[in-house]
Amino acid sequence: MTATLQTASPRKSTGASISIDAVSKKYGDNTVLEAVDLDIRAGEFLTLLGASGSGKSTLLNIIAGFIRPNSGTVKVDGRDITSLPPHKRGFGMVFQHYALFPHMSVADNVAFPLKRQKVAKNEIRTRVAEALEMVELGHLGNRRPAELSGGQQQRVALARAIVFRPRVLLMDEPLGALDKLLREQLQLEIRRLHQEMGITFVFVTHDQDEALMMSDRIALLRNGRIVQLGTPEQLYAEPNCRYSAEFVGASNIFTGTIQANGFIDDADGQHYRIPEGADRDGRSLMIRPERLHIATETAFVPESMNRVEAIVEDCIYLGSSRTVQLRTPAGRRLLARTDVPRVPDGVVPGARVHAYWDVHDSRVLD
Amino acid sequence: MTKILTRTGLAVLAALIGVYLILPILIVVPMSFSDSSFLSFPPEKLSLRWFRNLVDDPVWLESAWASLKVALASSVCSVVLGVLAALALVRGRIPFRNTIIAVLLAPLIVPYVIIGLAAYIAFLQLGLTQTTLGFVLVHTCLAVPYVVINVVAGLVAVDRRLEMAAMSLGAGPVTTFFQVTLPLILPSVLAGGLFAFFTSWDEVVTAIFLSGPEVTTLPVQMWSGIRVQIDPTVAAISTLVLLVVFGSFLILGLTRLIRRLARRRVTGPATNTGA
Repeated sequence: MTATLQTASPRKSTGASISIDAVSKKYGDNTVLEAVDLDIRAGEFLTLLGASGSGKSTLLNIIAGFIRPNSGTVKVDGRDITSLPPHKRGFGMVFQHYALFPHMSVADNVAFPLKRQKVAKNEIRTRVAEALEMVELGHLGNRRPAELSGGQQQRVALARAIVFRPRVLLMDEPLGALDKLLREQLQLEIRRLHQEMGITFVFVTHDQDEALMMSDRIALLRNGRIVQLGTPEQLYAEPNCRYSAEFVGASNIFTGTIQANGFIDDADGQHYRIPEGADRDGRSLMIRPERLHIATETAFVPESMNRVEAIVEDCIYLGSSRTVQLRTPAGRRLLARTDVPRVPDGVVPGARVHAYWDVHDSRVLD
Repeated sequence: MTKILTRTGLAVLAALIGVYLILPILIVVPMSFSDSSFLSFPPEKLSLRWFRNLVDDPVWLESAWASLKVALASSVCSVVLGVLAALALVRGRIPFRNTIIAVLLAPLIVPYVIIGLAAYIAFLQLGLTQTTLGFVLVHTCLAVPYVVINVVAGLVAVDRRLEMAAMSLGAGPVTTFFQVTLPLILPSVLAGGLFAFFTSWDEVVTAIFLSGPEVTTLPVQMWSGIRVQIDPTVAAISTLVLLVVFGSFLILGLTRLIRRLARRRVTGPATNTGA
């Protein structure tokens, strides 16, 4: 199987780098993208992550050539393609609702880009078969798209987008219309395709889990700007702003001010120590739920830790872990996530406990 | 119980309206087979003499041929123009869209007498009266609205992303149109074309203005025939014209049915096993 897959997969090609320079897009008074700069490296898997209206799809469509920016340039391997029409860019694209041609068979759909390139008939047949094999649909070439399930249709769309060996593959929420199980399966397959093909993938999603799991790097967008660009680890462990911390993963946030002796919570005046070198203008303190620990007795809390009293509101069992919902006397809601064996005995709804965290596990944000 | 009564009542009403619409048309059919020298209903004796009369008189054949040429040419022209206009209206970003729509659909509202008169005056100076070209020009204008209405409805239903997908796969605008858009709107285009054909085929008002000894279309020939002599030849030609109309709708319906059946046989039933 491995041997046949090796010969069946399209030749490994090199991805192109894309460089976006000060790209802006306005519709009337509505600014959708504001001077976005982004360098996408050759061969990387980059995800544009953001809520709806963040401009992520607009940015992808500008890269694809369907939308012309009001200002700024898009370059591929250093060549300016800002005004090049989409059909001359040679990028593969996968849409959320598959966009398969309903009047053509699956095989004809996949053959479409090859026919445009005037590839010889024999070669078209072998390459279509190869591409369908790559997405494990080799037996369905004669079907019409309407006769396939959603997951199968999206695989056909993938095969069609890679069969002509593009150097860049653009994907606009390709898994958004699929149910959870199928989505997870295709996430793994798209990752595998990326590793096998070695081309540049630009992936749009609003699903942070999907972004974390699939990407080499993530660009988090908000209101037409990139708020943070980095590896999944960087986005999760070192968010550079409150929005980023709240969008990627769950987080506990205290609001307040920084004074000489540390962070003062504006809800109850509690005082917390902060990591050295933290931003003195920061107005919030963030701790990830898995870094927030719970003790039933204050004596169990190590001396060096920040701590806050709280009441257990709920204790949710998630198989491998347990999420404890807490509420401080000042009304702040906190989340603590712990491996199941490590939840202390007295942690039941209504119990008075002490939440605590290591100073270095907290971050001061805007 | 009342539900059944209501349903039966509605069905009867629908049938009556159908009969009301069709019957006056069908009455010419038995009249054309009459033996009598006058238009009479019901016919006392049956005969084919008026059909023979039709074949013997070259005027009918000539005008039928002229009508066919005009109808075919004007449906082709109006389909080309109508599809282009629909593309611009649905896909293009054009100013004064509503004004343009109003102008395009104007022939539906403006009385044909006025269009006929205006065309006659204009064409007299250009020497276009009594020419096939003149008929085609006027009938194209009358038929474009039907094509536009049909094709706009078809285009709105086509997902733009299909065209975007085609472009991302290397197809330019022209290839995208012929490979993706046109096949998907083909039923609407054919329906528009059929409307256009029959708009021209049975058009008499503007045709009266443009007809003359050189070129006369079939409806005009029928109209003048009935004015000079009231004999069942007109009923006979009417029967033939009806045959053409019903026949073409029947063929259209049958081809769609056959295509649907053929597709089902080739691909077999859908099986959605796994992803």
